[in-house]
Amino acid sequence: MQAFEYASATTKQQAVSLLSSTMGDAEILAGGTDILSLMKDDIVAPKRLVNIKEIKELGGIRAAGGGLRIGALVTIEELAESPAVRQAYPGLAQAAAEIAGPQIRHMATVGGNLCQRPRCWYFRNGFGLLGQSKDGKSLVLEGDNRYHAILGNSGPAYFVHPSSLAPALIALNARVRIFGPGGERDLPVEEFYSIPKSASDRENVLQAQEVVTEVMVPAARGVRGATYEVRQKDAFDWPLALASVALKMSGAKVQSARVVMGHVAPVPWRSQEAEQALVGKSLDETSAKAAGEAAVTGARDLGHNAYKIQLAKVAVKRAILQAAKRTLA
Amino acid sequence: MPDYKWPEAAKRTLIGKRITRLDGPDKVSGRAKYTYDIKRPGMLYGKILRSPHAHAKIVSIDTSAAEKMAGVMAVKIIQGPGKEILWAGDEIAAVAAVDEPTAEDAIRAIKVEYERLPHQVIDTNPKVPEAKTPVEETKGDPEKAFKEAGVVSEGLYGSNVMTHCCLETHGSISEWQGDKLLVHISTQNVSGVAGQMAGPLKVPATDIHLKMDHIGGGFGSKFGPDRWGIETALISKMAGGKPVKIMLERNAEQAVAGSRPSAYARVKVAAKKDGTLTAWQSESWGSGGPSGGGQPPLPYVFVFPNHKKHHTAIATNVGPTRAWRAPNHPQGCLITMAALEDLAAQLNMDPLDFFLKNIEMTGQRAENYREELLKGAELIQWKKNWHPRGDKTAGPIKRGMGLSLHTWGGAGHESNCDLTIQPDGSVEVKMGTQDLGVGTRTALAIVAADTLGLPLNAITVRIGDNDYPASGASGGSTTIGGISSSTRRAAVDARDQLFARVAPVLNAKPEELEAVGGTIRVAGTPARSLTWKQACSKLGGMPLTVRGKQLRNQSDLTNSGVGGIQMADVSVDTETGIVRINKMVAVQDCGLIINRKLAESQCYGALIMGISYALYEEKVMDQNTGLMLNPNMEFYRLAGSGDIGELVVHMMTGPGYDDRGVIGLGEPPVVSPGAVISNAIANAIGVRVSTMPFTPARVLKALEQKGGSNASV
Repeated sequence: MQAFEYASATTKQQAVSLLSSTMGDAEILAGGTDILSLMKDDIVAPKRLVNIKEIKELGGIRAAGGGLRIGALVTIEELAESPAVRQAYPGLAQAAAEIAGPQIRHMATVGGNLCQRPRCWYFRNGFGLLGQSKDGKSLVLEGDNRYHAILGNSGPAYFVHPSSLAPALIALNARVRIFGPGGERDLPVEEFYSIPKSASDRENVLQAQEVVTEVMVPAARGVRGATYEVRQKDAFDWPLALASVALKMSGAKVQSARVVMGHVAPVPWRSQEAEQALVGKSLDETSAKAAGEAAVTGARDLGHNAYKIQLAKVAVKRAILQAAKRTLA
Repeated sequence: MPDYKWPEAAKRTLIGKRITRLDGPDKVSGRAKYTYDIKRPGMLYGKILRSPHAHAKIVSIDTSAAEKMAGVMAVKIIQGPGKEILWAGDEIAAVAAVDEPTAEDAIRAIKVEYERLPHQVIDTNPKVPEAKTPVEETKGDPEKAFKEAGVVSEGLYGSNVMTHCCLETHGSISEWQGDKLLVHISTQNVSGVAGQMAGPLKVPATDIHLKMDHIGGGFGSKFGPDRWGIETALISKMAGGKPVKIMLERNAEQAVAGSRPSAYARVKVAAKKDGTLTAWQSESWGSGGPSGGGQPPLPYVFVFPNHKKHHTAIATNVGPTRAWRAPNHPQGCLITMAALEDLAAQLNMDPLDFFLKNIEMTGQRAENYREELLKGAELIQWKKNWHPRGDKTAGPIKRGMGLSLHTWGGAGHESNCDLTIQPDGSVEVKMGTQDLGVGTRTALAIVAADTLGLPLNAITVRIGDNDYPASGASGGSTTIGGISSSTRRAAVDARDQLFARVAPVLNAKPEELEAVGGTIRVAGTPARSLTWKQACSKLGGMPLTVRGKQLRNQSDLTNSGVGGIQMADVSVDTETGIVRINKMVAVQDCGLIINRKLAESQCYGALIMGISYALYEEKVMDQNTGLMLNPNMEFYRLAGSGDIGELVVHMMTGPGYDDRGVIGLGEPPVVSPGAVISNAIANAIGVRVSTMPFTPARVLKALEQKGGSNASV
């Protein structure tokens, strides 16, 4: 590991000033469940690590504007166990509860979950974010891509975004608040993510010196929500595909829908095709299945991951069927 | 002649009972110290530079920058210019430094120039280079048998390379005290490792003192010091003899510290219309390293009148295989039992009836298997739950049942035991053996205490040190047979010598005495007795020390050859391909059981490890880079407590079992899980998933191909 400087901020202003204006020269430490292993494995080598855990205002979950404001330092466990979240946003609570295992959930934070780096095994073995050989060839396309993207995979990025919270938050139309040198800005979580075009790009729109401070989840009255993870092991395993849905009902019919998949594309993948397929439908096996089929419109396999197309369909279908069983928020 | 034979059932006070392991409290409280936990005064940390290439020649190495770094105490080239490297992760250089980060930095400062050579790391194609001449064997007249067969089933079955994945990685701490070496090492071979270090270190083995109290898993991968263990001692010497610790990083552990070879086979099996097996044919191949893998025993357990088999060992540029818990048996078992179950399905026969019908082909343990199959069927309610291939119930979740048979040797190894009785009545057992977590300590105490008529806590057990009398390596399920036999002999001799001392006091002949309930008495006459302490005080000033020896192939107390059967009840989500274990049953014999609780525990552990390899474990290699892609515990998955379902273990005991003597148990129960799970999946979904681990991708692919060209299976 490269020797680095450790700095601890107590205010977000301080954090910004401690961060570097050059991306990658400084990294943020919150729960530490990802950044420390990235550093130990020499995948990132910041000159300074900025601890933000002491910034009090980045914690806590509270009511705001009819919805909830969730601080970036809220742990996954707090989120999963929060009565307010469980009651109003069961799909979000579910997504949180399924993440990794208890040890990770007690350390990892909401902000960290949104900003964590991909698990692509070429990236993690030192071949860069895009998993390329020295001559720029994609090791992913030529190699073992069983866990890679089936959507948004026209290249050169083929990894899947690992966040389990982002699909649930996007389904709920949540916004993310960011603090940086220019002050505060906020944008829909959906727009927070971007597919990198080069190895030096990142997977989101955060600029150097910017910090995610909180997430704003709007009220979800009349919305049925659920998250379904297809995971090989019962616990402590990454999803092979995940879907989160928020279905605004008008009586027994769907008035509008938001359907977002995780672990299928380099960004959390919102499927308007699936959403359209649900509008005006009642929730049953047939409509859920049709939405699942619609969700993988345009999906293509990379050679070893065709099964993930099936898993994505099933995740969408099962999330919808679970949501159908929920009492309305 | 002393009478060493095991006490008859009515007289066993501890042997065969359910006894909690003695070191349990130390382990759960963290007091137990593993090699990984050991920190010696002034200890340095070592690191190994490993090859990033799967096949290359070393052109040059420049260690000058590393040598100049502050805090670096030793830099040593392990493989220098001109050496050909055959797998990624092979050892190139070693350093010792004052702390781990410095050692890590020093490793990175070493510049190595490689000439890259073509590599092959994928072994699913039998046409990649042969490691050695293929083996072919024919028996009877298979051609004729296939021609005359009532039914023939064909299939492809396989098992990928997987790793040992020891939770405590390999490694040691070496320090020199003058010309003598002290080594703490994570090993399955406390008495044998010094002899392996002596040559490369050029010191007499008698000057190497080796210790280990607890180990976090070996599974067949920790019999030697390994090159990194030798280098640890050498860089310690370079650093003035200071203690140096090298424990492998997780990624090195996964990449180079042991793997189980793959095995793939195209199989053809023939039977008469009534299900009687007549012929076997297999074309198999497999690997796991430059010298190929082992050859799976095919056909497994069942001896066919006609067979033809051909095996090719494939050379790959992958960290070499090592013995993995029952070497080659899980692969042979999977291939055979899956092929046989496919044949039964083709005959529309319940595999239980089919296996019973052919059970005589298993040879001398046929009756044992028959009894075990019937017991297993009762425990899993086979007749009630089994259905013909393909669960016809509605919904995506399909349930299925599978079964399998396995065998193993397990006779005791050579072992020496020193048992000392002090005049104050305290008793000590010393042996250069190791407790791999299976309860060796507890077993020694049970045998000594039972023989001496004492409670368990009256025995002090000292193991894990090569200053103690030598005992065999823990491999091949040989430990329990060896260590229980040598301890029995020591305890019987010690007891008889004590009888001789106290007989005059009791006005009896030594042969009239017995050691029961903490007393020495005239047999059956409590009125003529001495307490243990009173009896021992007759020893005078000198403690009594007796050496018990168990020789190789000495078979009065230990034996070889066990049979076991397993059955599984699984659910398969046909929409996701995810397999869940509902229940697994293991019925196992192992001769006379020393500790029933820990024998059962061995079987539970084996089932869990088996579920893990059947569903999750695969060493994923990348052909482009030549690297292992999942040298971690993230995408190298191990089963967790939520993945194992209900596990039921039944040990066969009593007449016909106990009288065979003590037989090892570490390996047999881990042989069948892959086969039973494979068979249960096929029974659930109506199609064979050919290759293990049975991942969602493979299950879905098999389902997709169902009804295609392979419709008969």
